[in-house]
Amino acid sequence: MSKDKVVVSNLTKRFKDLLVLDSISFSVKEGEFLCLVGPTGCGKTTFLNSLSKILTIDSGSITIDGEPVDPGKHNLAYILQEYSTFPWLNVEQNIAYGLKIKGFDKNTIAERTQEAIGMVNLEKYRTYYPSELSASMLQRVVIARAFATKPDLLLMDEPYGQLDLNLKYKLEDELLKLWEQTKTTIIFITHNIEEAIYLSDRILVMTNKPTTIKTSLSNDLERPRKVSSQEFVDLRNKVTDLIKWW
Amino acid sequence: MVREKSMNQAAPMVRLEHVSKTFHVEEGDVKVLESINLDIKKNEFLVLFGAGQCGKTTLLKMIAGLESSQPGSISIEGKPLKGFDPKVGMVYQTTALFPWLTVMGNVEFGPKVRGVSKAERRKKAQYYIDLVGLHGFENHFPSMLSGGMCQRVGIARAYCNDPQIILMDEPFGHLDAQTRYMMEEEVEKIWAKEKRTVIFVTNNIEEALYLADRIIILSECPATIKKEYPVAIERPRSMVAPDFLKLREEISALVELREGM
Repeated sequence: MSKDKVVVSNLTKRFKDLLVLDSISFSVKEGEFLCLVGPTGCGKTTFLNSLSKILTIDSGSITIDGEPVDPGKHNLAYILQEYSTFPWLNVEQNIAYGLKIKGFDKNTIAERTQEAIGMVNLEKYRTYYPSELSASMLQRVVIARAFATKPDLLLMDEPYGQLDLNLKYKLEDELLKLWEQTKTTIIFITHNIEEAIYLSDRILVMTNKPTTIKTSLSNDLERPRKVSSQEFVDLRNKVTDLIKWW
Repeated sequence: MVREKSMNQAAPMVRLEHVSKTFHVEEGDVKVLESINLDIKKNEFLVLFGAGQCGKTTLLKMIAGLESSQPGSISIEGKPLKGFDPKVGMVYQTTALFPWLTVMGNVEFGPKVRGVSKAERRKKAQYYIDLVGLHGFENHFPSMLSGGMCQRVGIARAYCNDPQIILMDEPFGHLDAQTRYMMEEEVEKIWAKEKRTVIFVTNNIEEALYLADRIIILSECPATIKKEYPVAIERPRSMVAPDFLKLREEISALVELREGM
């Protein structure tokens, strides 16, 4: 946790006259788990889309390992709120797909696919198609697909927003386990303050549009964290006060 | 005091006796509910809570008269429920608004099909539209509204039918965490102002504790009443108050959510 993995400087994005991201600067350390929280509709998704180069930016720069971000060179993985599995591919093929388009050789693809299926406990379902799986299994497939590529940077946009609470808790714990094993650098967006505090090393609090970073809070609560502990509640109150609009 | 006493003596608003349900499907019989016995008081805010797919919605549909109980019976104010009863209103998870009607059109729909005069139903609909905080949006169509606003319309529409009992089936399941907090505060305010018997289904423990006078915990399939918790915490409640968190922890342990582990 020493060197900067991602450096964002003066990132600005407009949609015609609407200024969405207003000169955002921050950096993410290698292996860091960063959570982004902000008021509803503040432009968090636009922000991730700009980082991943799905959207072009108007000004500013984003570098990974000191070089301008380039999805052709850097290995970015993106997990969305919707379950973005390919319906015509089974579990195994869905996970292998990410490796295939990155151009890995056959042996590596087979090896890493098996490894990833094991990490999310889907061994029994390798030949199942998405329509035969539950919501949490679908999200597991997507997570396995992302981790299989050993991404430089994993972007997650509210991945558990639509799940039942108990599934959400299970997947959060599973994600933490994967992160601890792989030490992947993660930027995780959520509306849920409790989730941000449960998961992160650090929390970036965003403002309303035009979005800037209001503050950065380091989160060194001991893991596994307990939502009813006093330190947890204190931090939760602090973040809530920073973004509360409701 | 006198009023309270007379209320206690009267029949409960809703009484469930040995309510059970088995679905017959190709693979065999699936027992969803097993012998649920429950009295719900007038103007009580009751939450049905269960972590999994444990038949909460089925139970709600039965109270709405959309599913029959076999065996077992449901009565409302002492009278056996037979099919749909206008005393019961429903707010759906998917909002289920008519996309071709405006906010006003949606809210006044119930009274309109019952033949209430235009002037009267407009007045009433306007009252509930104002109550849910949508003043100024009367002529908007659902597609022009956010998810939280659509749920407000659903709530106003349910109230506009003068129900004694309002059933809410995970109404905020699709909203983001922050909008959800706002809507929970809103529902509580509306309920405080316009008391009705509310039966609210959720699998979100925070939401259950924030809203309920009493929480009924349902077990996994077939659902039975595992335990019930009266929630005596003063309103409006804080989700990070020690007594709130303590009860949350206790219930989470019971239904095996993370905090209990």
